[in-house]
Amino acid sequence: MKSLEDLEKKINSELTTKINNTEIKHNQIYIETDKEDIIDVAIFLKTNQDTKFRQLIDITVVDYPEQNQRFEVVYLFLSHEFNQRLIVKYSIAENEVIPSLTSIFPSANWMEREVFDMYGVSFKDHPDLRRILTDYGFEGYPLRKDFPLTGHSEIRYSEDQKKVISEPVKLEQNYRNFDYESPWEGTKYIKEEIENNDKKN
Amino acid sequence: MTKKIKNLNLNFGPQHPAAHGVLRLILELDGEVVEKADPHIGLLHRGTEKLIENKTYMQAVPYFDRLDYVAPMNQEHAFALAIEKILQIDVPIRAQYIRVIFCEIGRILSHILNVTTQALDVGALTPSLWGFEERETLMTFYERASGSRLHANYFRAGGVHQDLPKGLEEDIAKFCETFPKIINDLESLLTDNRIFKQRNVDIGVVTKEDALDYSFSGVMIRGSGIPWDLRKSQPYDCYESLDFKIPVGKNGDCYDRYLCRIEEMKESVSIIKQCLAKMEKGPIKSLDGKISPPPKAEIKQSMEALIHHFKLFTEGYRVPKDEIYTAVEAPKGEFGVYLISDGSSKPYKCKIRAPGFSHLQSMDYLIKGHMLADVPAVLGSLDIVFGEVDR
Repeated sequence: MKSLEDLEKKINSELTTKINNTEIKHNQIYIETDKEDIIDVAIFLKTNQDTKFRQLIDITVVDYPEQNQRFEVVYLFLSHEFNQRLIVKYSIAENEVIPSLTSIFPSANWMEREVFDMYGVSFKDHPDLRRILTDYGFEGYPLRKDFPLTGHSEIRYSEDQKKVISEPVKLEQNYRNFDYESPWEGTKYIKEEIENNDKKN
Repeated sequence: MTKKIKNLNLNFGPQHPAAHGVLRLILELDGEVVEKADPHIGLLHRGTEKLIENKTYMQAVPYFDRLDYVAPMNQEHAFALAIEKILQIDVPIRAQYIRVIFCEIGRILSHILNVTTQALDVGALTPSLWGFEERETLMTFYERASGSRLHANYFRAGGVHQDLPKGLEEDIAKFCETFPKIINDLESLLTDNRIFKQRNVDIGVVTKEDALDYSFSGVMIRGSGIPWDLRKSQPYDCYESLDFKIPVGKNGDCYDRYLCRIEEMKESVSIIKQCLAKMEKGPIKSLDGKISPPPKAEIKQSMEALIHHFKLFTEGYRVPKDEIYTAVEAPKGEFGVYLISDGSSKPYKCKIRAPGFSHLQSMDYLIKGHMLADVPAVLGSLDIVFGEVDR
């Protein structure tokens, strides 16, 4: 499709029940779907003559620990033919298993491994779901918001045991996280006032 | 009597000069033929994305230098563009030219390294000695502009950190005059060299279809004959106003990719020349005091400037709630940043899309059925830097 608006219409008309929401911003199109429909959506986007999203650019997850459905899975697609970018998203709860796209896009293999490694989200029908970036024998999922920045264990060479050992992290000083937000902007009545002004405008 | 023959498992790296960094490649060999390749990566994993989530937008810039450390500023560019698009700020024209000049210098830096080390991997020593002399010159340009040879920390949302020092433009122009001769010298050593051709022609062939399926970008996709360059198709900064060509390969083998890189260096020189000719005096960063810090002299005079300075270097600027994916054509391919801001002064999430990650992933597909000696040649032409693969 030549323009993003046409593409939005096309996707909405072809995949009516599978699409929850579409939006165009920053010259990209954002689509919300469901876990069950992602395979169908991906096949449609890849094979349809009017979309031709032949390349899967990346897969990632965003962690919102305070939400009921904690993880938002994000797929980035690129169509060389029509020079368009498309972002597909859906939300899942913590222990849900999601379908793998490796059979449609071979490049999804490592991307899904990375998601598994960093967020602990498992993929169904993935040919080789191992950790990829973290160390052999690593525990925990580093990019989750509740994982500490310093990690849980640190590694050093022990002169006594003559080998590399892993120990719990000992910090000489706690990690300093300053709150720089201005007190006058952060006070409740000021915030309300700003919001009211915004509404009036 | 029948003899049972077992396949041999071979560990390639992580300490191996031809692995271009810390790659552990587990090869399954049948005689000298590779049956399977399983790259183990992550030995240089530093948790860049986690660290960025805990830093302000300005403090996050140096992490991008440490991704693909042979072309640092190209990465910063992607991050700066992402923030600019969310904040909707304009970049002064001079800053755009400066950024493009340094991105193209980064491209030359990266391609020299790749072409010459690829030659080194297949047995030619001289090109790397000649090429590294030029890289040193280019890195002094980096140093004069930013204060540092490698980890520049030079690009900002809204422009660049400081203006070019006196004389640098003239020196870059001089370099543009002498450098094409060096490329020709390198070519005279390699392009028609019998050994170099024997080691690279018809090795690691990628078809158009597979280049798309495996998410290839940059030279890897152009070498296979797909004319795709983000500088042309989705232009950013002032690339639209510049005149340059996109070299495309025919056969998709290691040799074509080498040729593409050589031609791209020539195009980069022409881009730099055009930028230098078009550049005029003017501001080099956004004039919005809420985003770019005021000049030092002004801080001593103006109360407002002092407050801006203080707020920018403690809290940092806030970026409204939004999400965006921006990509630039880095020397190695499409380098993208998927940024989610939540209205505070720190990114909520910053996913880095490194081209090398998807290129290395295809190692098994590329090397299957090749000889063991072809592994370094293919690896060399993939142009892998572990800073960006492992993040």
